Amino acid sequence: MDIVWRRFVILAPYLWLLIFFLAPFAIVFKISFSDPLVASPPFTPLFTRSESIDFAFFFTLDNYRFLLEDNLYWISYFKSLKIAFISTLLCLLISYPMAYAMARAAPGWKNILLFLVILPFWTSFLLRVYAWMSILSTNGLINNSLMSLGIIEQPLKLLYTDFAVYLGIVYSYLPFMILPLYANLEKLNLDYMEAAADLGGRPLIVFRDVTLPLSLPGIIAGSLLVFIPAIGEFVIPSLLGGLDSLMIGRTLYEEFFGNRDWPMSAAVATILLLILILPMMVFQHYQSPQEQQEA
Amino acid sequence: MKKAYPGFLISVLCFGYAFLYVPIVLLIVNSFNDSRIVSVWGGFSFRWYANLFENQQIIDAALLSLRIAFISATFATLMGTLAGLALTRMGRFKGRVLFTGMIAAPLAMPEVITGLSLLLLFVSLQDFIGWPANRGAMTITIGHITFSMAYVAVIVQSRLSSMDQSLEEAAMDLGGRPFRVTLDITLPLIAPAMLSGWLLAFTLSLDDLVIASFVSGPGSSTLPMWIFSKIRLGVTPDINALASIIILIVSIGVGVAGWLILKQEKQRRTESQLKLSE
Repeated sequence: MDIVWRRFVILAPYLWLLIFFLAPFAIVFKISFSDPLVASPPFTPLFTRSESIDFAFFFTLDNYRFLLEDNLYWISYFKSLKIAFISTLLCLLISYPMAYAMARAAPGWKNILLFLVILPFWTSFLLRVYAWMSILSTNGLINNSLMSLGIIEQPLKLLYTDFAVYLGIVYSYLPFMILPLYANLEKLNLDYMEAAADLGGRPLIVFRDVTLPLSLPGIIAGSLLVFIPAIGEFVIPSLLGGLDSLMIGRTLYEEFFGNRDWPMSAAVATILLLILILPMMVFQHYQSPQEQQEA
Repeated sequence: MKKAYPGFLISVLCFGYAFLYVPIVLLIVNSFNDSRIVSVWGGFSFRWYANLFENQQIIDAALLSLRIAFISATFATLMGTLAGLALTRMGRFKGRVLFTGMIAAPLAMPEVITGLSLLLLFVSLQDFIGWPANRGAMTITIGHITFSMAYVAVIVQSRLSSMDQSLEEAAMDLGGRPFRVTLDITLPLIAPAMLSGWLLAFTLSLDDLVIASFVSGPGSSTLPMWIFSKIRLGVTPDINALASIIILIVSIGVGVAGWLILKQEKQRRTESQLKLSE
C-alpha cells in the first residue's frame, strides 16, 4: 500500500507531463524537418477534420533553409529580443522604487499594498491590454485631451505602434517584476543601510554600494520573469502593435493560422525554444536554491 | 531611530498604483458611456450591458469557458498537489531532475509554443489511436491542466517546504501509514495553498487565449477567443461592459479568498502562540 501510494504520487504527475508537455516538443521537432506538402493539412477547407500528419520519414532541411533566407523571421526574432530587453529595463526602472517604497511601508500597510499589486495580475490579461486600446486610439482619451487643450491639432498615432507595444508589455508584466523585488527588499536588514549611513555614506552612495548589490537576486528573478515571456508574447503585439511590430510569437501564430504551414511553424517554434533555453536555465538556477542545497 | 516615511516614496507609490489602476477604472467608467466614441461622454447608460445579455454567442462562450475553467482547475490542483508532494516528501527518485524541469518549464514557456506543440500532439494521437476524435472543450481542458498544474505545484511545493514537518513525523512515528498521514495531516495543513492554487488555475484557464485557439476545434469558442476576434478590429462598447463584469467578479472573488486565507493564517498563528504560552 505504501509503495503503491508513493508510486502514484510520483508517477501520476510525471506521466501527465511526459505525455502532454515533453512528448509534444519531440513531435514539433520531428515535424520541423518534414516536407510542407506532406505534412500540411489540406489547404482549402478551413474547418476540416481530416487534417493528418504523414509519419513516413521524409527528412528535409528546407524549412530551416527558408527560415535562414527569409528576412521576416530574422527581423521577428531580433525585434522580439529587443522589445523584451527594453521593456524589462523599463519595468525595472518603474518597479524598483515601487518595491522599495512598499518594503519600507508600515507593517499594517504592507499587506494592502501587496494585495493591490497582485490584484491586476489576477484580472484578465487580455482585458488589461484591451483597456489601453481605448486610451491610445485616434479618438481615445490621450488624443482627445491633448486636442481639446490645444496642444496638438492632429491626433497622434499612438495605437498600433511599437510605443504601444512597449507600454502594453511594461503595464502587463509590472507585477512580475515588483513581486520578487519586494520579497527581496522586504527581507533586507535595514541595519546595513543605517550602518553605512552612520559611517557617513551619502544616500546615493549607500544605495549604490549596499542596497543595490544586496537586492541583485530580486532584480535577476524579476527581470527573467519579464524577459522570458515577453519574447514569445503574442497578444500584446497583435492588439497594440502595428503591421511592422513583428514579434516572433505573432509571426508564428500567423504562419500557422494564416499560411497554415505547419512544418514551417514547427521550425520557427524550434528556433524560438533554442533562444529561450539559456534564459530559462538561468531562471531555473536562481529559482531552486533548495534543490541546489540538496544536491 | 525611526524615521518618518519619506514623501518621495509616497509619490512613487501614488504614481505606481495610478499606472496600474487608471486604465482599468477608465474601462469601467466607459462601459456606462452611452456614446459609441470612447472618449466622448454621451450620458450614463446601461445599454451595452443590456446588449450583452441579449447576445447568445457571448453567453454560450462564457458558459463553455467557465465549464473548462472549473474542470481544469480541479484536475490541475489534484495533479499539482501530487507533484508538490513528490518533490518535497518522496525523497529521491529516478528522473527527479527531469521532473523539476518539467514543472518549471511551463511557467516560462511562451503560449504559442505550448499551443502549437499540444495541437500537433493531438493531431498525431488522432492518427495513431483515433483519440481525441475531435478537438474542442476536451482538448482545451487538457491543455489548461498541463500548464496550470505547474503553477499549483510551485505554490504547494513552497508551502510544503516551508512547513514544519514535526507533525507529520510524529504521526509516522506513531505508526501512521504514509497514505493516511498525507490525507489526515498534510492535506489539511496545505489546504490554503491548494485553494490559492485552484483559484490561480481557474483564472489562468478563464483568461487563456492562445492555447485555446490552437487546440480548439470548429464550433467551440471560449470567451477569450470570442473577445479577441472582436477587439482585433478595434474598440467596441459591448466589450467594455463584458470586461467590467469580468474584472468586478474576479476582484471580488480574489478579494474574498485573500481575506479568508489571511484570516486563517492569523488564526493559526494566534493558536500556536496560545499553545506555546500554555
